[in-house]
Amino acid sequence: MRSSFRAGAAAMMAAAALLTAGCSTGSGTSTVEQNTDPNQKVELTYWAWAPNLDKVVDIWNEKNPNIHVTVNKQDGGDPAITKLLTAVNAGSGAPDLIQAEYQKIPTLVAADALADLSGTDAKDTKEAFPEAVWNSVTLGGDALYAVPQDTGPMAFYYRADIFERLGLAVPTTWDEYAAAAKTVHDADPEAYLGTFSSNDAGWFTGLAQQAGASWWAIDGDAWSVKIAEDPTEKVAGYWGGLVEQGIIDNKPMYTPEWNAALNNGKQVGWLSAAWAPGVLSGNAGATAGKWKVAPMPQWDSAKPATGNWGGSSTAVTSQSKNVAAASKFASWLNTDPEAVKALVDVAGIYPADTEGAKTALTKAPEFFSNQPDFYDVVGEAAQSVTSFSYGPNVNVAYNAYNDQFAKAAQAKTKSAFLDAVAGMQQVTVDDLKKTGFTVK
Amino acid sequence: MSTPTEIREKPSFLSTGILILGALYCLFPVIWVVAAASKSSDELFSTFTFAPSVHLWNNIVELTAYRDGVFWRWMLNTALYAGVGALLSTWVSALSGYVLAKYDFPGKNGVFKVLLMGVLVPGVILAIPQYLMLAQLGLTNTYWSVLLPQIISPYGIYLARIYAAASVPGDVIEAARTEGAKDMYIFNRIALPMMLPGLVTIFLFQFVAIWNNFMLPYIMLGDDTLFPLTVGLNGLLNQGATAPALYTLVLAGALLSIIPLVIMFLFLQRYWRVDLAAGAVKA
Repeated sequence: MRSSFRAGAAAMMAAAALLTAGCSTGSGTSTVEQNTDPNQKVELTYWAWAPNLDKVVDIWNEKNPNIHVTVNKQDGGDPAITKLLTAVNAGSGAPDLIQAEYQKIPTLVAADALADLSGTDAKDTKEAFPEAVWNSVTLGGDALYAVPQDTGPMAFYYRADIFERLGLAVPTTWDEYAAAAKTVHDADPEAYLGTFSSNDAGWFTGLAQQAGASWWAIDGDAWSVKIAEDPTEKVAGYWGGLVEQGIIDNKPMYTPEWNAALNNGKQVGWLSAAWAPGVLSGNAGATAGKWKVAPMPQWDSAKPATGNWGGSSTAVTSQSKNVAAASKFASWLNTDPEAVKALVDVAGIYPADTEGAKTALTKAPEFFSNQPDFYDVVGEAAQSVTSFSYGPNVNVAYNAYNDQFAKAAQAKTKSAFLDAVAGMQQVTVDDLKKTGFTVK
Repeated sequence: MSTPTEIREKPSFLSTGILILGALYCLFPVIWVVAAASKSSDELFSTFTFAPSVHLWNNIVELTAYRDGVFWRWMLNTALYAGVGALLSTWVSALSGYVLAKYDFPGKNGVFKVLLMGVLVPGVILAIPQYLMLAQLGLTNTYWSVLLPQIISPYGIYLARIYAAASVPGDVIEAARTEGAKDMYIFNRIALPMMLPGLVTIFLFQFVAIWNNFMLPYIMLGDDTLFPLTVGLNGLLNQGATAPALYTLVLAGALLSIIPLVIMFLFLQRYWRVDLAAGAVKA
């Protein structure tokens, strides 16, 4: 259906191009005419969904009367990107700036939705970010498609009170995690140390990333898909085993049921990311002070690693007439100390800017007031995030994850989990070929 | 209306029972919303589903505080989309239906058949083509992008044609013409009032359809100050994995958003009854 829509949109645009060809002035069709007068007043629109981002932007607007930015609050990553792609297909209606999750960038680049910022001020922000993060906005090439904003280094959250009652130590390896899961479930048949969520592909991606996976790679013009390989199979097999034994829950996260379990102590732990305090305080406010954070359980304790779940960047769209001004704003928003501090304080994000994170994140979030070193733990995790490459059809792979793993979580067998990985690989490769990419 | 001479039958327990069951079935979700909207976020997932609590006012205050009261803006937007949209749509439907019923022109049957086909096409699948068309005009992300596509309602035109055929006698139009009245004058001053009871039905249909419409504004709008309630509340629920879903706000919002519809139905219900009665007499 998606491809037929694309074909329809393409036909429509072709027709529109024919109609307008008569009056076009012969300027290039791929680049929008740029506003170059530096003293002209510029109006920028910015689609973003981070809470209270407009308050941060107010600081900019006060200081920069010539470049006025208006935030249009969006519903979240997926709807905003879908809308942007529709607007790009339609030829008008896109904003100047957009908050884009890292995994969406290759898709947007493939659709010609983003402006290349490598010729603007934004290229000077490179030093501010960890290398793995910078790679995800350059896609490993010379172009620059966005300025990193926040990241989601993964960590292990657990109910310290329940751990203490059961006499459990915090698991540092996945073997210990499995043992702890068994203890928790044996002590209370309704309680689980965690759940395998077949709804959250980003979460599973983070787990696979920790094990060393990187699902896409590009060599020249040829893409390769490396989902059904050792690291991901290891992770899927591990979780399949836990679900088969029944010591880990198999219900999705972010459901009312799961929220209830967070509240009443039936979910004793959560493998999540740096932004978890916001979700926990919103969904289980009454459990404040009972949680603690620890580094992720490890596959190899000699080489600590973690994955990334969530995180986004500020990109400039290909329809913007003011790329230079937009790029200037994006650089300020994500690297200026005052802006980063405001992002942390009012938008509640975990900044990608290394220095900014260090200076802005000194006091533990209120929900974790029982753990003063909260950000030391998370900050250390952020340093051990491994590199991961996304491809141009992440949405397809993620949908395949939902379909395949929903079945596997119902089947509750280890072999079904391994089949699900193979299924994801198959669907992702087939889609790349069908869309016209060269696949190795 | 009821007279003492009316034939009274013994109430049937079976049919009364079925009706009560049906009423409960319809009211169940409403009761749930009322109960859930009164809970704090901690209680929402831990206390008994239908046990009401005392936090309704708190939730409404919090909802009002969210993004400086953007919820009430959504309420006004919805009222604008549904009110103005349904009025315009009713007038356009009445005019088109009247023309189709009372004029003879080449291609009339063809036009009507295309309209009938339009009745069969769900509005949802037209949203993307409509987006692409409005993008050509640079009208996406404006009030117009939601108002304009909803003015044409094939079903409304179809109904209006039937009402016009039944309630506007050809002789009246002839008489007005001999008096020298222009066509538009005849429509606005003579035909429209005659069709009024039927038009109330069309207005209500359109009003509810626009009030509940999700797909079109969802695709058209990028700026949340232009959102109607449906899209706005959906956004509160889908904040992405990194932010908590604002369940309590959504529930309070859902409760507030059905109140205007309930009030309107209570008020306009009698017109609907008049309409049915009038139709029966005229036929």
